[in-house]
Amino acid sequence: MIRFLLKRFGIMVTTLFIIATATFFLMKLLPGTPYSNPDKLSEQQIAMMNQKYGLDQPVPIQYARYMGNLIQGDLGVSLHYKGRPVSQIILERIGPSALIGFQALIFGSFIGLALGIISALKPNTLFDYGSVTLAVLGMSIPSFVLASLLQYYIGVKLKWLPPGLWESYTSSLLPSLALSVIVIATVARFIRGEMLEVLGQEYIMTARAKGVTEWGVVMRHVLRNSLIPVVTMMGPLAVGIITGTLVVEKIFSVPGLGEQFILSIMSKDYSVIMGVTLFYSALFILTVFVVDVLYGILDPRIRETEGGRT
Amino acid sequence: MNRPILAVDNLEVSFHTQSGIVDAVRGVSFSLQKGETLAIVGESGSGKSVTAKSILGLLPKQIASKRAGKIIYEGKNILEFSLRKMQALRGAEISMVFQDPMTSLNPTMTIGKQLMEGLYRHRKVSKAKAAQKAVEMLQMVGIPNAEERVNTYPHQFSGGMRQRVVIAMALACDPKILIADEPTTALDVTIQAQIMDLMRNLQKKTGTAIILITHDLGVVAKMAQKVAVMYAGEIVETGPVEDIFYRPMHPYTRGLLQSMPRLDAPRDEPLIPIPGFPPDLSHPQRGCPFAPRCAHVMKVCNAFFPLPKETHNGHMAKCWLLDERANHRDRLVRECREVSDHG
Amino acid sequence: MSMMKIPETVPDDIIEDLFVPELVRESRSEEASTPSSSPWKDAFRRLRASKGVVLSAILILIMASIAIVGPAMSKYSYDEQNLAHSNLPPKIPGLQWLGFDGKDRQDTDVYQQRNVDTAYWFGTDEFGRDLWTRVWKGMQISLFIALIAALLDLFIGVLYGGLSAYYGGRVDSAMERIIEILMGIPSLIVIVLFAIILEPGILSITLAMIITGWVGMARIVRGQILKLKVQEFVLAARTLGVSNSRIIWKHLLPNAMGPIVVNVMFDLPTAIFFEAFLSFIGLGLQAPLASLGVLINDGFKQMRMFPYKLVIPAVMISLILICFNLLADGLRDALDPKTKK
Repeated sequence: MIRFLLKRFGIMVTTLFIIATATFFLMKLLPGTPYSNPDKLSEQQIAMMNQKYGLDQPVPIQYARYMGNLIQGDLGVSLHYKGRPVSQIILERIGPSALIGFQALIFGSFIGLALGIISALKPNTLFDYGSVTLAVLGMSIPSFVLASLLQYYIGVKLKWLPPGLWESYTSSLLPSLALSVIVIATVARFIRGEMLEVLGQEYIMTARAKGVTEWGVVMRHVLRNSLIPVVTMMGPLAVGIITGTLVVEKIFSVPGLGEQFILSIMSKDYSVIMGVTLFYSALFILTVFVVDVLYGILDPRIRETEGGRT
Repeated sequence: MNRPILAVDNLEVSFHTQSGIVDAVRGVSFSLQKGETLAIVGESGSGKSVTAKSILGLLPKQIASKRAGKIIYEGKNILEFSLRKMQALRGAEISMVFQDPMTSLNPTMTIGKQLMEGLYRHRKVSKAKAAQKAVEMLQMVGIPNAEERVNTYPHQFSGGMRQRVVIAMALACDPKILIADEPTTALDVTIQAQIMDLMRNLQKKTGTAIILITHDLGVVAKMAQKVAVMYAGEIVETGPVEDIFYRPMHPYTRGLLQSMPRLDAPRDEPLIPIPGFPPDLSHPQRGCPFAPRCAHVMKVCNAFFPLPKETHNGHMAKCWLLDERANHRDRLVRECREVSDHG
Repeated sequence: MSMMKIPETVPDDIIEDLFVPELVRESRSEEASTPSSSPWKDAFRRLRASKGVVLSAILILIMASIAIVGPAMSKYSYDEQNLAHSNLPPKIPGLQWLGFDGKDRQDTDVYQQRNVDTAYWFGTDEFGRDLWTRVWKGMQISLFIALIAALLDLFIGVLYGGLSAYYGGRVDSAMERIIEILMGIPSLIVIVLFAIILEPGILSITLAMIITGWVGMARIVRGQILKLKVQEFVLAARTLGVSNSRIIWKHLLPNAMGPIVVNVMFDLPTAIFFEAFLSFIGLGLQAPLASLGVLINDGFKQMRMFPYKLVIPAVMISLILICFNLLADGLRDALDPKTKK
């Protein structure tokens, strides 16, 4: 188990390193430096920057400095906001994104699990067809289309929830709802498939042949075995939510990291783009790592074989 | 001894499939005495497994569209039991061992928990008692270090060991009937013999009646007192094991025996396979289902289904060749053919 | 059940003539078995049986055809401006009851008010460009990008995955390491980065999507080939001295075809989505070119005043994505009947 963890950890660090390197050199390909907007920086600031980030040095030295700073959590300074550190911008912006992200994840998983489980237990009923259709729609309709339509119909026309701006907690509800649709669809589809698969396994028949009640079969045998693989959905879900926050925050004017990312793309604020990119990648890679570890803990087969063999 | 513990009467089961309705079991009847072993033999697709599963009501409702007939257990027709009554019966009175021990155990539950599940359900015992019984059961089926092994997971066992666990699970609540659905098919040959020995010994100890589903006639000879041969969803011949092996009446049974290698046969005697394939049960044709493959086929075989013919002590077969009208007109032809078959 | 009833109907006195040997017809026993059919034929039969799949395929064909001929059906080109005809709501004579009545949100007939004779089927944008033409032109571009991306993914993925799996050993583990790391990077990030660096345009968007898109295909091909190459029919072919390339082309690839085709089918909607996504966050095509994403982005900005500008392209992209996903789902189920419950 420990060796398995170490191996996973090694892959995680390598991946992050490669992403950081690739991002750095990609950004070097782009025209412009922090000094291309001289009106935004004073002579003094430029001198300070040069000293800290070595931007007047050749590229390899810049790279070394950049990596050194990165390890200390320093992602450089914004080109657009007069030398504000990127890490500070990320910290300021992460709150609203995390709020709507987690709300969407929790609400979406809950509804998705409920829909998927009931569907699998009552296959080929009206409920099943309904939730399968809902899942296909949720997977297919792009989040920005859905979010725009939700904003227009629920926010503007029906005025049930605030359609934008970040004023009170209720402002977070519509964006969370828009984000949760992809979670609902993904989870519902996945758990339904898993449960149908498990229900067809011979050990379910063994349990029934022992006289275990249907309730007991579902609770002790089906759910446990089909919920374990759901953990693996966390990676794709993280991607779905990150992708979603970019557009959903833009649509609902949520002052989150996603909106910042798009603003930075618009204003060509490369150091912020780079920093946020690294942040998102790290988030994703960490999620995948946690999923791997969790899966190893939950599934006795992985726990033994992976831990013993690798 | 007289009243059977289980009597299946004219059982019919149909399935809905993509290619239409399949009549998988078509009027099967047999009975099982206390402590007896009945072997149900047949090719794959002959309906033997479906028969076994429908005794415990384990066929999914969406697929098994029609069930008819009677299954009498201790005087009650359990085919009409509600799910709740059936669940109380499963595992406690009648239990089942499945074919593939690799898939018939829950991979994420310790075998101890799986063993105790039935005990909790049927015997309302305390946790400590159930745990103790689980260890005892594992010892009984010959698993070493049972105290430690109860806390391990199925993947830590070999196939043979797993099948022992499955048998222990099935016997945990002292059922009166054990249905074993091809319990050794998925195992190595040497392990097969061990499992069969185990089942025989356990039967001696517990007095459980066994319904053994198999296509292996060697296993039948070793285990069973009574044999039922199934073909195309019906029992075509049934009787005591000696009669079936030494005085088979149905051409299909004879075919099965001739296609099986035997140590006591002359070395140059060839194995004779049965030509052709079992019929497609979604498109049943008139007459005897074995007629297309039968070497002794008569005109009547393609027109009418043969009536059961019973000889002494419960030896029964369904074949027109046993009809006296066939006897006097056709015996010569038939015997000539048989001689040439063996020559 | 027909057979079971027969014993009861057997007359007691069956004429004895029937008890004579019947000639054994060798062929009859073979007749009874079900006719054989190829797995692809089977899959196609299952595919046709699903109403959703058939409907999706028909809708995709219709939309693709209109995307090709649609822009020519209107007399305006996608970039032709006519400020006198700006912001006209959709009007289709004969389909007024569906909302295509040329009326704005205050229920005034804008066409009458501004004295416009031509009916713009999907309305016009703020420059007076015909939205019918622009929507179908956008669909055309989206489909084109998706097709190119899927085909290139297929090519690179099959090549990489096939080589990796076929040669195995060190080559495979080195190539697998690369894949493992690429899989760890969220593709969205890579696509956004490349979209920033490259000049926005059809080619650069496609390229950005291929950079990450082929990895999934390579994994699937590798997995399939690894599974297949240890199977006995390949071993048998090898024992008989069949050449490497023949084993790859005649034995491995045809058997791996199912998952590959399914993956291509899933690639198409993914590519359409990413293109629209990039356009929506401002990294996509530049005016006057229109993809569905660009149109949705434009429509979103004026959603409150002119909802039709958002709703029409939004419905179009949703419809094409739903159809592609349903078709891909159906194909996967049809090719792998085990997963279908």
